[in-house]
Amino acid sequence: MTILILKRLGIGLVTVLAVSLIIFFGTKILPGDAAQIRLGQSATAENVAAFRTRLGLDQPYIVQYLVWLKNFMMGDLGTSLASDVPITNLIADRYKNTVFVSVLTAAIGVPISLALGIMAAMYPGTLYDRALTLVSVSLVAAPEFFTATLLVILFVFVLGVGNAIVVGSTEGKGLFELIAHFALPITTLCFVIASQLIRMSRAAVLNVMSSPYIEMAILKGVPRKRIIFRHALLNAIGPIVNVVALNLAYLVTGVIVVEVYFGYNGLATLIVQGVQTRDFILIQGLGMIFCMTYVVLMLIADIAAYASNARLRHPK
Amino acid sequence: MSKVKQNDHYVAPFDEGVSFDELPDSAPSSRYKPSWTGWLGISVVGFWVFIAIFGPYLAPLGENDLPFPDDYSEFQLPRPGAWLGTDESDRDVLSRLMYGAGRTIGISFAATLLAYFIGVVMGIGAAISTPRVDMIVSRINDAFLSLPTIMLGLVVVAAVGSSIPVLVITAGVIYATVVFRLARALGQEIMVMDFVEAARVRGEGRWWIITHEIWPNAAMPLMTDFGLRLIYVILFISSLSFLGLGVQPPQADWGSMVRENLGALSYGVSVIPVLAPAVAIATLTVAINLVVDDISAHSGGKLSKRL
Repeated sequence: MTILILKRLGIGLVTVLAVSLIIFFGTKILPGDAAQIRLGQSATAENVAAFRTRLGLDQPYIVQYLVWLKNFMMGDLGTSLASDVPITNLIADRYKNTVFVSVLTAAIGVPISLALGIMAAMYPGTLYDRALTLVSVSLVAAPEFFTATLLVILFVFVLGVGNAIVVGSTEGKGLFELIAHFALPITTLCFVIASQLIRMSRAAVLNVMSSPYIEMAILKGVPRKRIIFRHALLNAIGPIVNVVALNLAYLVTGVIVVEVYFGYNGLATLIVQGVQTRDFILIQGLGMIFCMTYVVLMLIADIAAYASNARLRHPK
Repeated sequence: MSKVKQNDHYVAPFDEGVSFDELPDSAPSSRYKPSWTGWLGISVVGFWVFIAIFGPYLAPLGENDLPFPDDYSEFQLPRPGAWLGTDESDRDVLSRLMYGAGRTIGISFAATLLAYFIGVVMGIGAAISTPRVDMIVSRINDAFLSLPTIMLGLVVVAAVGSSIPVLVITAGVIYATVVFRLARALGQEIMVMDFVEAARVRGEGRWWIITHEIWPNAAMPLMTDFGLRLIYVILFISSLSFLGLGVQPPQADWGSMVRENLGALSYGVSVIPVLAPAVAIATLTVAINLVVDDISAHSGGKLSKRL
């Protein structure tokens, strides 16, 4: 068990290294020279050459990569090409919004979706179950900005509360004021995560419910509630943690789209700006942060799946 | 407990290889007869495909023409001459929607075809090659799979800029990784079947085995998966366009239309310029999902679990 988890962590580490290679060389092999972009088309050849030396761009790629990786691990993400500001400073201003919205989405969306999904699994085939399945099947294939648009129309235009864009400072606001501030982005992401989570948690519990020992409990005459909470749910925890971690990882796209949609400053709007201004150093740093979050969540999902499955824990 | 269907079991999405429980167990018996949700899906998809092909010929105006050249007000409500109103540059929303259909659907379809071509060739190739080659190719593939697709898209667009060929190739290569896993797993499963061994003992060549033994057995699950992949590619392309990194203005596509007209939600009279393209994407993807669900339910699989 421990060995398996250690092995998994090792694979995770290798994945992060592979990710860093893809991101670094992905932005390197392609045309476009960082020094030229920074200095503009009018720069003289000597200026560009001098700037290249300063950025270390005249070194071999492999040396550049190692230096970059070392700096990244020391917490130095380099200096933005577009604005000449250290990237850590750019992030410091913005990371709070992204983290706040993501954490609150998880804190609100996950328990509600799990409760709905487990309820559906408790009463399979009922009207409630079928209605919920229909809604989540429809929402799961719809883009994030469709959900966002419906919510804006409902809240801003029909009910007349809130704003279609998130404006104003978050300085000095309490928790509930912040929730109100980000109410629409958080609600949108909750819907995005719920559509997947409801179906997958329902399936996870139903899977356990169809196992022989549950049938045994039913035949024995154990009350239904007790079967669900004492027998089924405890064994479904592993798969459910797996499902939750996976869906939080999938949320990366949602977070990016929602930040742009509601127009508030966060890490995602920063990386999109980086792409528009071709700020490679910014993209490398932020790309690594996003991808590492994704890889870590995937890792948790994998370990949860392992830990919860006796057959995987004790391979023949 | 009789209500719990036996096949309703949980499938860990990132288990070793791809789980076959998710896929139809066999080809649809004789002929596929859609249920009413199937018909609904088919008609909506059919409608959008029709618009995608003939939209530019049927559109009342060109995609950048102004319906009311003398009237400088953006986000107008629908009225004769502009049945869905006007957008942020006073252009006709309906015409842009009809032009955009071809781009959104065409790019996504081409990218999915490309993904299938690369993924199936590489996947089945890996399945029949030596274990060492198979391992190397699979590990590289896994590294790409462990990245959020949108990040890969951002890196490519940052490096080479955005154009329609770039979008098709990027989405095609990114989604080929998923197809690769599926095709490889299918290939491996079929490779160890007795009839393949029989063919090999008979002295058939590798190509003959692929085309006559493996492909006919792998085709059905792969084709059903094609629909799902298409949904993901449409969402991917639309998201990139929405972020301003996909189809570039003044060309219309559904994702970029939502972006262009976001202002309508804050200070516009009409929300239709944002709502119409968002609804178009959602109806298309949900309809494809309905069809895929219906086909896999028909052929006894549990494909619906995957979305």
